[in-house]
Amino acid sequence: MTADAPLIEVDSVSRSFDVSRSAADILRGRRPQIHAVTDVDFTLRRGETLGIVGESGCGKTTLGRMLIKLIPPTSGTVRFQGADIGEMDRQAELAFRRRAQLVFQNPFDALNPHFTILRSLQEPLRNARVPAAEHEERIAEALRMVHLAAPEHFLMSFPHQLSGGQLQRVVLARALVLRPDFIVADEPVSMLDVSVRAGILNVLREVRDRLGLAAVYISHDLSLVRYVCARTITMYLGTVVEDGPTRDLIESPLHPYTRALVQAVPVPDVNQSHDPLPIKGGLPDARNPPSGCRFRDRCPLAEARCAAEVPRLREVSPGRRVACHVVA
Amino acid sequence: MLLNVRDLVIDYKTPRGNVRAVDGVSFDVPAGAVVGVVGESGCGKTTAVRGITRVMPGAARFAGGAIEFEGRDIVTMSEREMRKLMWREIAYVPQSAMNALDPVWRVGKQIEEVLRDRGGMGKRDARARAAELFSMVGLDAQRLTDYPHQFSGGMRQRASIALALALSPKLVIADEPVTALDVVIQRQVLDTFAELQAALNLSVILVTHDISVVAYVCDYVVVMYAGRVAEAGPVAEVLANPAHPYTMGLYNAFPELSGDDRELSPIEGSPPDLLDPPAGCRFRPRCPFAQERCAQEPPDVAVGDGHRALCHRADEAAALRDVAKKVDTWTGVSAA
Repeated sequence: MTADAPLIEVDSVSRSFDVSRSAADILRGRRPQIHAVTDVDFTLRRGETLGIVGESGCGKTTLGRMLIKLIPPTSGTVRFQGADIGEMDRQAELAFRRRAQLVFQNPFDALNPHFTILRSLQEPLRNARVPAAEHEERIAEALRMVHLAAPEHFLMSFPHQLSGGQLQRVVLARALVLRPDFIVADEPVSMLDVSVRAGILNVLREVRDRLGLAAVYISHDLSLVRYVCARTITMYLGTVVEDGPTRDLIESPLHPYTRALVQAVPVPDVNQSHDPLPIKGGLPDARNPPSGCRFRDRCPLAEARCAAEVPRLREVSPGRRVACHVVA
Repeated sequence: MLLNVRDLVIDYKTPRGNVRAVDGVSFDVPAGAVVGVVGESGCGKTTAVRGITRVMPGAARFAGGAIEFEGRDIVTMSEREMRKLMWREIAYVPQSAMNALDPVWRVGKQIEEVLRDRGGMGKRDARARAAELFSMVGLDAQRLTDYPHQFSGGMRQRASIALALALSPKLVIADEPVTALDVVIQRQVLDTFAELQAALNLSVILVTHDISVVAYVCDYVVVMYAGRVAEAGPVAEVLANPAHPYTMGLYNAFPELSGDDRELSPIEGSPPDLLDPPAGCRFRPRCPFAQERCAQEPPDVAVGDGHRALCHRADEAAALRDVAKKVDTWTGVSAA
């Protein structure tokens, strides 16, 4: 395998969920569904970090979970080093589970409260049958990577005895202890105070630069993604609406939804714009998304065509894709 | 001045000892102003503002100071007077809108309950007022018959603001009103909040950990650290010329959307254990500018018009600000 071959290939991945049926649904034989993710594709190489941004309910978490085989897609495939992760035999799946790791959102829930920090860090090594003789070195290496100094002071502690920032570092170390090739981090800093968040973002940058793994960071806040990800995709109601270098997305967003996301990012400046966002209302009911472009009922630019035709994700310049009838 | 908090002290009794969560906090809320109380988790900001409502956890008690609302001291007020004050003069929006709304009651019923029980309104008037409140906060009056779980996070937050405004209070205390929301919804809720504040000439205390929220909607800011006010003043002045190293650190740790791809400077370490706080300045163990004298109690220094900072080196603030901008300043400060 060459260095340039994609590590992760996502090919028209969709996922729908059944929702509870009303009496009328049952009488009419309807099985309402939510299309959480629709036809997403992208590739990711070793050393690349991809940001996925969008509002709650846009499907970014569902997509992240499909990438590491926590839930299967309804259709489409996710390939890891060319192999479909849905078609792996037991042996291959175990290997994949060692090499692809998830960093949980809420560090206060991610660790077993009855386990010492040491045990939480040993657990993945034991499950992966890493010889016990290597544990100490692997754990020390992961803790160095996340800048947790003086581990002897807390390895025998329990999660409630650590601060939020320390816990998030432990959670990250637990994901790194198996030396993965691929990590998915779902809102890794959203639960943390600003002063602590900066430290975790710096660690994520270092992990990116030093370990050369492929990583996906999921967030609703572009200002956080910007610190870690060279490339970002914007999702809206389960579809990718824009894809490109993070800097371009922030400096010259094309899709009207990305524009709204950029304008909504809070900044600590009293002279910031108080102009209303170029977006109306909240997310529509995911069971009955608007026809054509799913964003059209909130879009300031919507035209008749947007109701009739689903906009395809088109390449507008090398490495830059957008799904909009009006701007592309 | 609508509200003066003076040298407020609130203690928690814990099995391990007395925790002074709020230690001599003073600030003012002028009529019609929005005051942001900002700080990290555990800095005492929620305890301090809940003191104003006197609805505090069982282990908490006032241990000093006064909270004067229109000249009357809330700390020493009778239960009966206090009951008259809450909802009608002062309303509280708790941290999670899920806590503000009862999950087994329709949202409209909960608003009507407050209007009838606390406002003495009749059934019909209460119903009409509930519909009016819903449209004020940008919710469809048809949704009054929904249960809280049928609302999205942003809608729940709007509903809890409607609930707080039910009896046209003068002062609204909102604890982290937008924290759990994503950026688009956060901005929309803040815009609605700011419009209502201006239209109704409300006074607001907004508790948040996020200085960007303070910058967006507040007139004044109170920066709290480890139970004390580290710095306070007009928002524009405090953000442009922070005089306390903690405020400088908070500002520099904030991720920017534009500008260079630089490393952020975290404030290393954690806030002190309030069971056993450090002597002198509480920020000292994490402060890159700490000196020997910082082990003594820091003075409350006036550094500008209505702008004060609790720091021995407040007079050198301009020089310290320049140094604080460098990432290296903040590395290797704390042993923790």
